[in-house]
Amino acid sequence: MIGGLFIYNHKGEVLISRVYRDDIGSQAADSAVFSSSGPFLGERLGANRRNAVDAFRVNVIHARQQVRSPVTNIARTSFFHVKRSNIWLAAVTKQNVNAAMVFEFLYKMCDVMAAYFGKISEENIKNNFVLIYELLDEILDFGYPQNSETGALKTFITQQGIKSQHQTKEEQSQITSQVTGQIGWRREGIKYRRNELFLDVLESVNLLMSPQGQVLSAHVSGRVVMKSYLSGMPECKFGMNDKIVIEKQGKGTADETSKSGKQSIAIDDCTFHQCVRLSKFDSERSISFIPPDGEFELMRYRTTKDIILPFRVIPLVREVGRTKLEVKVVIKSNFKPSLLAQKIEVRIPTPLNTSGVQVICMKGKAKYKASENAIVWKIKRMAGMKESQISAEIELLPTNDKKKWARPPISMNFEVPFAPSGLKVRYLKVFEPKLNYSDHDVIKWVRYIGRSGIYETRC
Amino acid sequence: MTDSKYFTTTKKGEIFELKAELNSDKKEKKKEAVKKVIASMTVGKDVSALFPDVVNCMQTDNLELKKLVYLYLMNYAKSQPDMAIMAVNTFVKDCEDPNPLIRALAVRTMGCIRVDKITEYLCEPLRKCLKDEDPYVRKTAAVCVAKLHDINAQLVEDQGFLDTLKDLISDSNPMVVANAVAALSEIAESHPSSNLLDLNPQSINKLLTALNECTEWGQIFILDCLANYTPKDDREAQSICERVTPRLSHANSAVVLSAVKVLMKFMEMLSKDLDYYGTLLKKLAPPLVTLLSAEPELQYVALRNINLIVQKRPEILKHEMKVFFVKYNDPIYVKLEKLDIMIRLASQANIAQVLAELKEYATEVDVDFVRKAVRAIGRCAIKVEQSAERCVSTLLDLIQTKVNYVVQEAIVVIKDIFRKYPNKYESVIATLCENLDSLDEPEARAAMIWIVGEYAERIDNADELLESFLEGFHDESTQVQLQLLTGIVKLFLKKPTETQELVQQVLSLATQDSDNPDLRDRGYIYWRLLSTDPVAAKEVVLAEKPLISEETDLIEPTLLDELICYIGTLASVYHKPPMSGPPLTTSSVQMGAVDLLGGGLDSLMGDEPEGIGGTNFVAPPTAAVPASLGAPIGSGLSDLFDLTSGVGTLSGSYVAPKAVWLPAMKAKGLEISGTFTRQVGSISMDLQLTNKALQVMTDFAIQFNRNSFGLAPAAPLQVHAPLSPNQTVEISLPLSTVGSVMKMEPLNNLQVAVKNNIDVFYFSTLYPLHILFVEDGKMDRQMFLATWKDIPNENEAQFQIRDCPLNAEAVSSKLQSSNIFTVAKRNVEGQDMLYQSLKLTNGIWVLAELRIQPGNPSCTLSLKCRAPEVSQHVYQAYETILKN
Repeated sequence: MIGGLFIYNHKGEVLISRVYRDDIGSQAADSAVFSSSGPFLGERLGANRRNAVDAFRVNVIHARQQVRSPVTNIARTSFFHVKRSNIWLAAVTKQNVNAAMVFEFLYKMCDVMAAYFGKISEENIKNNFVLIYELLDEILDFGYPQNSETGALKTFITQQGIKSQHQTKEEQSQITSQVTGQIGWRREGIKYRRNELFLDVLESVNLLMSPQGQVLSAHVSGRVVMKSYLSGMPECKFGMNDKIVIEKQGKGTADETSKSGKQSIAIDDCTFHQCVRLSKFDSERSISFIPPDGEFELMRYRTTKDIILPFRVIPLVREVGRTKLEVKVVIKSNFKPSLLAQKIEVRIPTPLNTSGVQVICMKGKAKYKASENAIVWKIKRMAGMKESQISAEIELLPTNDKKKWARPPISMNFEVPFAPSGLKVRYLKVFEPKLNYSDHDVIKWVRYIGRSGIYETRC
Repeated sequence: MTDSKYFTTTKKGEIFELKAELNSDKKEKKKEAVKKVIASMTVGKDVSALFPDVVNCMQTDNLELKKLVYLYLMNYAKSQPDMAIMAVNTFVKDCEDPNPLIRALAVRTMGCIRVDKITEYLCEPLRKCLKDEDPYVRKTAAVCVAKLHDINAQLVEDQGFLDTLKDLISDSNPMVVANAVAALSEIAESHPSSNLLDLNPQSINKLLTALNECTEWGQIFILDCLANYTPKDDREAQSICERVTPRLSHANSAVVLSAVKVLMKFMEMLSKDLDYYGTLLKKLAPPLVTLLSAEPELQYVALRNINLIVQKRPEILKHEMKVFFVKYNDPIYVKLEKLDIMIRLASQANIAQVLAELKEYATEVDVDFVRKAVRAIGRCAIKVEQSAERCVSTLLDLIQTKVNYVVQEAIVVIKDIFRKYPNKYESVIATLCENLDSLDEPEARAAMIWIVGEYAERIDNADELLESFLEGFHDESTQVQLQLLTGIVKLFLKKPTETQELVQQVLSLATQDSDNPDLRDRGYIYWRLLSTDPVAAKEVVLAEKPLISEETDLIEPTLLDELICYIGTLASVYHKPPMSGPPLTTSSVQMGAVDLLGGGLDSLMGDEPEGIGGTNFVAPPTAAVPASLGAPIGSGLSDLFDLTSGVGTLSGSYVAPKAVWLPAMKAKGLEISGTFTRQVGSISMDLQLTNKALQVMTDFAIQFNRNSFGLAPAAPLQVHAPLSPNQTVEISLPLSTVGSVMKMEPLNNLQVAVKNNIDVFYFSTLYPLHILFVEDGKMDRQMFLATWKDIPNENEAQFQIRDCPLNAEAVSSKLQSSNIFTVAKRNVEGQDMLYQSLKLTNGIWVLAELRIQPGNPSCTLSLKCRAPEVSQHVYQAYETILKN
């Protein structure tokens, strides 16, 4: 299991250190031997543990090379690390731990910290170090991850210190049963005057296209994010136009099958928040759950078939002699004319030896950004079934470099108000048998946003 | 809240000030002071001097302050054990607190204070907490048992905590179950043979129920534990699989991977004709692909695992090639892993796409990645014959780019392609020769020289080309020198008239002017061959070379199966099994034993099929079949009668009589004799200490030096009473194999130091290797056959065991009691052949063939092992066991 956990700043200074196991370096056992004066006080302390801490700093944070692996083995000790802005989180072990679990835990730890104090920065960590130690004590015991749902943690660990002093006995046992219980993500007795829920279908559409316009790979990875403000312990059921479900239901009338068959989508795979009853999904393919309070990610899914590609990029690159390039890029929007795409950005890479660029574009603004080695073309809005074009002349400095320019792909960013996978929410039913509100009383909002993931066209 | 201020103070006299603040009457000031102390501790300052003052703050009803003090205690208790006792009372009191959060906090913290004196006081509170009415306290207590076991295993057993822990598996609360499973699994790891988890269909059912209800982390603990279970039949395997598959839709990737592990393992038991088998295969692909949309670090873990899964069951992902295409912005570690998997999945159906991708990658920026992409093109050519031509032309295009390292990689792989498809693509040689000057890496130079030498008859100016290398002969690396030597000899044999002078020159450079023994030896061999029998020289040097195959990069099947059982863990990331114990070793520099495991572990691209450096002038090795097995092994072995069912003894391995290890005259009157035993999985050293001096001996202790198999005392040497003159005491010292490893000479040498009140004495002894033969050393027959073929013939060693008049049955059962298992038996022309396997504690397999002739008291033992060093000692073990 995890032997210890360290948080470093970008200089490699330790901000948080928690050691769970002796094998990664015994505690400050020898420190008493040293006199507590002298300039190297810090350096001398607990030689072993400091070794693990230093090993990571020297070999990973200060390494000259780019990091070649998120798992590093130094002197028979394994270091797992993730980086958030310029903060490093490292889990350390000498055992054959479940590596996937360690990374999941590190991500979770970041989420928990973010839920408590916002951005993970050196300042925030230093400001909240007592809180972080408390959290670590709770969510990682002897290197075993424990309940790490912020909903549950916030009932007894707060930034004002621990809420414990004056709890009643019932409150205490409510906390413990929630932390250990089957529905660890929701507390009892939530009340809202207005029962309301928001569903966001957020998709990112990924594309890799050859210069000739052939789709090399395309997939949509989507998330359904739910924000719920519901009283009591509501039982929810979520339905979408999943092909398997629709076909199962539509068996009755052949007519309906053919009609709905068109609208349904084939989902390659999906994963769910832990509140969803997986065995029920496996047997009946129905998605039922008791949601956490507030915002959470209900599901993630992936589709690869019949994807609506919102934009098509047509590149044309011509090398004119050794010192000039001519680039022409056309983008075509491919969706209903009544819809508007936003935040469109096309990024056309330029060679490293570019000396000057001249651009002409029909719409939006385009600029050559020397520091990024790219021409960035921005268009605020664009309706469906439209076309726009940019042409550029790139002057090159003559070089002796034998190596040809690698021609990175042209990438694109955008946001569209529909789901490129074709996913539609069919219903979200809410039942709360104990309280007197029904499905009809709940106000529901649904929104679709499609964004570009890695949307690239080779040129 | 601006706690950051605590980090800032660094002035002198700080400790003194803190001391005053800690003893302040004001609560707030105290708390502030403790926070400062913790902040200093975090950044690595020594604040242990404040121990008594901090502990004084412990008696408080302020929970936040209490937690801070506990944090301090966990860090420093070990350095001040006597003072730490002061805290015990508060802990014991807190364990009785009406608030479950405080009870749990106390028991959790107590377990983290690793001071022997405190652990004694921990037992009673822990016992209560394990039966607490509140599940939160129980789940914390469950983990605490594992903590206590880590400090004092004996205590945990004596106090019966293991049984209580087992009871918790039936607890009503899923999180308690999950933590109990985690704790038991960890404890069981240090007692491999104890059957602590005692998994049976009933307990499995309980686990599967808890699986649906507990937290994501709990699900991981349970799934990892399930993976260690062996279902009794295929029906049970299927029903477990059915209940595990829903986990594949979990948002937590670790849950998914652990579920995949269980399914991959149990699938082995299902019949391939079963409908369910096909369904399961189909269900596995989507979640694996989904893992690739996780964060990059998890993608990396997933890819390393997929690499194993693809080798074990290629059919799962054979249609998913596209998802492994590299994205421009992938981190480099993800790119390199994807490339590996692309090659594994390459087939005739998708080769066009793969090649187009690889060509694209070869123009990227990262040098390692580009090189690997170029090599991958070569591998595709070797793997998919139909694509070879296209691959070669792609490589030629790449050579035209003139990018130095691309050209060099391309030449190295083209050489491999020549070896796979001789006399097919030699037309490209001219293009290759044009790039001769730009090659500056030894591997590429050696490859080019090999090509020129091999095809000397087709290259008009071969002699000029090779001569140009000769000028700087002594500056070249050994690899290039050897190749140049061989290349020129080949050239001479093909065109003797023009190259007499050249060959003279290289032979004298290699023999007279070089101090590299390999080079000299090879030079002399050629020289003598050429001078005595040119015809023979031709036969040897220009012999037909064995074709290389694409199979060389696969992980060895036994290792692969082992790694499949470790899916999701570090072992699957490193592609190396964990050592038999906690410290996972990967760097071969420090550990001799890892070297022994050697081959097959190398990464996909790294190793060279049939190195061109060393062996290609020798006649091809004979087919890799043990000669004595005869021709029809395929059918022959599978007809064999399976001997071993039903044979099984619990008596333990053979024990040699005690021998004197340390004579009294060398050790101031202490005489030590002893022997080694192995019984049901545990090794011990049985010692007999005799006091031949005139004074009483006390304070015995024992220590081992690092040794080849990591033998180390598992408990201290306990001589209960002082040893009076002329008294003898018998002690059995349990040994573990998790100590530090260093290769010894001889391999089974053990250096021991024994201390008593008089002095420290050193002696060394040789332990019989059979104490290291583990109980699960029986290899499956198919596996045996595959492994036997797989181990190169050089590693085979043959021995005669004389004066052993036993028949095959007797031999087999005698060996079995020492964990040498008979995998198969057959009779060939009146001789009994026994095929046997055994496994050492560090995971090395040894395969044996024992030939027994009725009426002839000697038998012949052939041993094959990846680590041939052990063979001699295994033979000695055979001798000892059979003759006693």
